[in-house]
Amino acid sequence: MSKFQFPESIKSRPVYGTLEPRPGKAHLLIADAEGAEAILDLAAQDADLIAKAHIIFIPKGTDYSDKLRALNPAQYYEGPSYEASLQRLRHVLAHAHQGLQVYLTGTEGLMGQAQNEAMQAGIPHTAIQTEHRGSVARRMQCVHCKGITEDVMHDPFQCAHCGLHLFVRDHYSRRLAAFQGVRVDAEDPGNIPDPVELYS
Amino acid sequence: MTIQFNEETFRDDYSFRNSEWAIKRFPFPFHEDSYMYSVNMEQHRGGPEGSVYEKRFDVDEHYVSEMRDRAMVLADDPLRCQSLPHMTLAGWDTLELIMVSKSEDYPDLFELHRDGDRWRWINKPMGIDHTFTFLDETTLPCDPLEYITRQAQGDFAVLDQRDEMLYMDAGMITTQADWSLDFDIGMDFFEWHAPVPLAHEMGIFKRALKFLLNIQQGAPARRLNWTMTVNPLLDTSPENYHKWGVQKTTLTPENIGSKQHLRVELQTFYRLPRSNALLFPIRCYLIAFQDLVSMPKWGRRLHRVIRDLPEELATYKGFIDNRPMMLDYLSKFDDGLPTSPGVFPDLESEPPLQK
Repeated sequence: MSKFQFPESIKSRPVYGTLEPRPGKAHLLIADAEGAEAILDLAAQDADLIAKAHIIFIPKGTDYSDKLRALNPAQYYEGPSYEASLQRLRHVLAHAHQGLQVYLTGTEGLMGQAQNEAMQAGIPHTAIQTEHRGSVARRMQCVHCKGITEDVMHDPFQCAHCGLHLFVRDHYSRRLAAFQGVRVDAEDPGNIPDPVELYS
Repeated sequence: MTIQFNEETFRDDYSFRNSEWAIKRFPFPFHEDSYMYSVNMEQHRGGPEGSVYEKRFDVDEHYVSEMRDRAMVLADDPLRCQSLPHMTLAGWDTLELIMVSKSEDYPDLFELHRDGDRWRWINKPMGIDHTFTFLDETTLPCDPLEYITRQAQGDFAVLDQRDEMLYMDAGMITTQADWSLDFDIGMDFFEWHAPVPLAHEMGIFKRALKFLLNIQQGAPARRLNWTMTVNPLLDTSPENYHKWGVQKTTLTPENIGSKQHLRVELQTFYRLPRSNALLFPIRCYLIAFQDLVSMPKWGRRLHRVIRDLPEELATYKGFIDNRPMMLDYLSKFDDGLPTSPGVFPDLESEPPLQK
């Protein structure tokens, strides 16, 4: 089961939908891990779309590659990490024609970062769809040292950069594609609650 | 009147003090003995002589020291002042509004001489005499928003308006009540207010947005907001919360009168002429409890407000743990007598403390 229903939250927290085929000359599909399942679902609805699609997939240890290749997309790229695929993504966005449809699916960190790139490239937000699949891990920014910690699964967690113990806020910056982490024991140094898995 | 500028600090030894003049004109935010959120807007067209509402951009005895503190914050963290690329024109609008207002409202302190687009700006308290070309960034040492807000007290958020929405697209934020411009820049009105409890459900932000979208040139508005700060610390930023948060635990019954400060924001809203952006100055005033209670009406009222404040608000404003100690202190200044309506201290008509 790769779908998770996020509980209602504050207004800066992103909400995600379900990918649906849209008419267009070109389609850019970006996914990580279980996001592949959303692409397979999309392909089942509209095989013609996939024939005009460029898929960028970051497996993160999953084994969806063969299934995605078997869809016969116009272009297919598999990257070892989001960072590794970024130059290709920017190239594709920079050379995109009007009417490109963008589909983002997988973890929040992947969707947030790719959406940011697409917006900066001038893709209208109405041409970008998102669907969350897989891990509920968050990409967190430490508000103190500004360092990003990827794939945070517990609250509180330890900043990968400055080492402070941070609590996981729902406040989200689209520009940073990150949630905000704030020192949990600022008013009582050393009193760090036991970490709890997100949404457990 | 000529202002005597204080030599004082807002960090380390905290030598900040309010003179008797500053105490009397403090913008006490409670017009009645209780508090709840409201869209408490009014026109910003002056106010009683000598009050903080009288001038467009109030200058007080803390001006020079506050600007020194801002420079220190910016040296540590330049990201406190940012402008998205489309906001430069709004920065020039801001520079013009502040220079024109200050030179007209305080001609003994500030002068602006305009010869076409050649402008000469004289800021006597800060020792600045600078000639530049209006709308030419290359003639300023930094971008226009940063240039002028390094010379104006209070934070400045610059809100772009498009699609019936306001966006936090630029700002100079160094005296904030625990929010981060670097994190929030680019957010829409509802997003940057997302962490505020209760007010969304009450429809406060929808009504406030509607009001703000319709602010016209030459018709600025204002409102007050408030929170609590231990020590007269201007930079209560989330960036530095890991350093200042612990100061909240240093309150004792003995030092609370001098350490605990009511922090009031005089928020004003100006439509800018060229960019159609909305300038949102957020001016912070601090007052120690012991100075505040020297006005009998304010002592009575603050006790009642803090006592009856909903728990969510005391938590959000960050003083839930210290509230019992605050109430112990403030109750000594509440004799149960009725208070006159309105925010002003009414020293002549309000009875002295009866206990």
